[in-house]
Amino acid sequence: MSSTMQQQATPDIQSATLVMDCKLDKIFYGNFLAVRDSHVPIEKNKITGFIGPSGCGKSTVLRSLNRMNDLVEGFRFDGYVQFLGQDVYGKGVDPVVVRRYIGMVFQQPNPFSMSIFDNVAFGLRLNRYKGDIGDRVKQALQGAALWDEVKDKLKVSGLALSGGQQQRLCIARAIATQPQVLLMDEPCSALDPIATRRVEELMVELKKDYTIALVTHNMQQATRVADTTAFFSVDISEGSRTGYLVEFGPTYQIFENPREKLTKDYISGQFS
Amino acid sequence: MSDTQPPPSRATPSLQRKFEGRALRSMVLSGLVWFLAILTSVPLLSVLYMLITQGGARLNMEVFTELPPAGFEMDGGFGNALVGTFFMVGIAALIAIPVGIMAAIFLAELGPSSKLATAARFAAKTLTGVPSILAGVFAYALVVITTGTYSAPAGGVALAVLMLPIVVLTAEEAMRMVPKVMKDAAYGMGCTHTQVIWQIVLPTGMPAILTGVMLAIARAAGETAPLLFTALFSNYWLLQEGHLAVMSPTASMAVLIYNFSGMPFDNQLELAWAASLVLVMIVLIVNIVSRIFGKPKF
Amino acid sequence: MTYKIKRDAMEKPFALDVDTDSICQPPSSSTLLIDRTFRMFARLGVFVVLALVVALVLEIGVKAIPGIQKYGLDMLTGTVWDVGQQQFGILPAIWGTLYSSLIALLIGGFFGISMAIFLTQDFLPARLAAVFRTIVELLAAIPSVVYGLWGIFVVIPFIRPLTDVLNESFGWIPFFSSTLSGPGLLPAALVLAIMILPTIAAVSQDALRSVPLKTKQAAYGMGATHWEAILKVMVPTAATGIFGSLVLGLGRALGETMALAMLVGNSNQISLSLFAPANTLAALLALNFPEAGPNEIGVLMYAALVLMVITLMVNILGSMMIMYAQRGVKA
Repeated sequence: MSSTMQQQATPDIQSATLVMDCKLDKIFYGNFLAVRDSHVPIEKNKITGFIGPSGCGKSTVLRSLNRMNDLVEGFRFDGYVQFLGQDVYGKGVDPVVVRRYIGMVFQQPNPFSMSIFDNVAFGLRLNRYKGDIGDRVKQALQGAALWDEVKDKLKVSGLALSGGQQQRLCIARAIATQPQVLLMDEPCSALDPIATRRVEELMVELKKDYTIALVTHNMQQATRVADTTAFFSVDISEGSRTGYLVEFGPTYQIFENPREKLTKDYISGQFS
Repeated sequence: MSDTQPPPSRATPSLQRKFEGRALRSMVLSGLVWFLAILTSVPLLSVLYMLITQGGARLNMEVFTELPPAGFEMDGGFGNALVGTFFMVGIAALIAIPVGIMAAIFLAELGPSSKLATAARFAAKTLTGVPSILAGVFAYALVVITTGTYSAPAGGVALAVLMLPIVVLTAEEAMRMVPKVMKDAAYGMGCTHTQVIWQIVLPTGMPAILTGVMLAIARAAGETAPLLFTALFSNYWLLQEGHLAVMSPTASMAVLIYNFSGMPFDNQLELAWAASLVLVMIVLIVNIVSRIFGKPKF
Repeated sequence: MTYKIKRDAMEKPFALDVDTDSICQPPSSSTLLIDRTFRMFARLGVFVVLALVVALVLEIGVKAIPGIQKYGLDMLTGTVWDVGQQQFGILPAIWGTLYSSLIALLIGGFFGISMAIFLTQDFLPARLAAVFRTIVELLAAIPSVVYGLWGIFVVIPFIRPLTDVLNESFGWIPFFSSTLSGPGLLPAALVLAIMILPTIAAVSQDALRSVPLKTKQAAYGMGATHWEAILKVMVPTAATGIFGSLVLGLGRALGETMALAMLVGNSNQISLSLFAPANTLAALLALNFPEAGPNEIGVLMYAALVLMVITLMVNILGSMMIMYAQRGVKA
């Protein structure tokens, strides 16, 4: 892909509304170049969708934002990730601190093997919350649209819930501490359609208070919930698979009037 | 034309089993492995039979409370040896379990593919193959020669050398079984490594870690060779005149069995069987308990 | 990890001033201190494991130096062990160690591999297989000193009439050239075989289980009988792992002490006869260390070093074969 196209991929965004600015020129795992030339800004109180074929590095990019990739041996990258104007990978920055402000919801529902209440209270206790933990747990569960279903069994293990409920519990756990940004890595891929719809409604509800980055393999989901969309593709020309950002823009523009032919092909289902 | 007809030599094969040739050989071989497997259980049954008949006949309350008899003395027991075994296994556990679990935490969580971890894993595997008597020789060189006396701590160190690699390898295995998604959730909330380990990895992996610890304890309790010339043996209680005689030779069940097995006196031989029964029961109970613990909950 | 970061002027420390009443807090300094300390201790634990191996080799190696200097290679080839005359030859002990271990390996290996085949190749319903598996595990759990006691009172009296008959009828064969007058090589090796059987059975089972199902199905698909599939496909495919189990069993036999100290007779002679008393390195150490004077300690440390070198080599060889086998199956 030509470099001029890359420069066009990301338009300017008013820095006042910018919560995160992620410029990932190269992401390596050992000697393997996983992602290149991806510049994604994340705006306040919006849902930024990451779409693209599997292996395009959208999850890798997402996991770079809160330094979850630090846990993968051999990970390194060129570029920068800014969070409110500060360098997430800067000298002396503890990844633990970063992850406190940038919450994450994972592909597979992963509640801890403790009670529903303790699951949600986990982050509050971790952050030495001074207020009423019970109140916050209730608010978080209400925010995750789970309260009515579990209010009578808060002491039951989180693992006893259904898959959809577990995922909403994980969302409640993530929002209980009111992180500035919520990263969601294909949060609905393990859920049935009904549970998926509930989580989608929840995301739209949550963006009033939160800034969300959402990885999804489901284009319809992106059109339903994302305000802006980053389309990634994968370059397999040189014998290895390297993902890169093709186009970034308002969701309606990406889906209705894409600038790149590649985006158009993907949207219209000519490849996946 | 003729090839539309099946060649006459290719008669319709019979699907009936024929008891000749390969089928017959198969049956003979199957019979052989059955026979060998049953034969393998004969020693176990024989050992258990001897323990119950010989050892059980001599088992009474006194053997647990009395000191070993000398020469032609009658009665007596192995109370001090039982105490000594517990004491030395306790010392070994105090050394090997914390060190082993800490090392396992590093191997499983902190630097699983670091060079340090690879080297340590190899070291632990090498240690599991070290003959137990060499652990005794090591403790003799390290503790007995240095302190100038046979003692319970010397025996404890020898047993710790044998326990450590078992604890390290089984605990690492146990912690690796903790699902990655669970750990990711905790890291994603901004937990430090230590918080993830204490709040997620250790509680979730605990049953399997306990199994490994129990197996190591069971192995140490039955060991004789490393104690022969580190703790030696004693005909007296560990607790003498109100103080623990820590830095003096210490009795153990295993060494008592060994010493008495070579004696020409019936009383001692009976006690050796009774002590064997008790020792095997301890080892088996620890084994069974570890299995009950070891059922993973996830 | 190193990050190459093209940074703007961003030297501000990472503390948020966005949302003063945010619940999110950076971890307290005590949390971070605990984290750092705990990780340091974990690393320390790893160093202890490494240091232990080094210390084990060094302690025994260094303390063996006086013995090596004084007796050198003569000790390895000498056949007399007489503390009174200060003569220390360990050739008979080396011989006894190898001879008893090899016999134990022959018997234990045969039974152990048969057991592994029996347990993995669909001879048994699951419930019954669990019973036999428990039997093998129990065999491994019994302390060696109890096997020694059992050997003295059950194995020796049981095989003695048999050995007398063999000696009378086949005394011209070197293996049967003496009678069993109590302890001896054969009872020791038999008990040793029982003790190494669980190791061999367990590791061979792993090897046989790791043969891919499709390999097995291919064999049956060609019309092989149950046993043809086992002997011509399963066992050869798992051969490296099974061989590794034998090497590990051998390593265990070479270092086993109590059963031999109690059953082998502790007699410094080199004989092919299965019924003659013999000696082994481990038994020599067990019997002589408790009464050792300063000079003997050097000699015994030398003998311990020899035992360590032999067992380490065998064990590392065995582990490497098993590792190689596992890698081979994966590839």
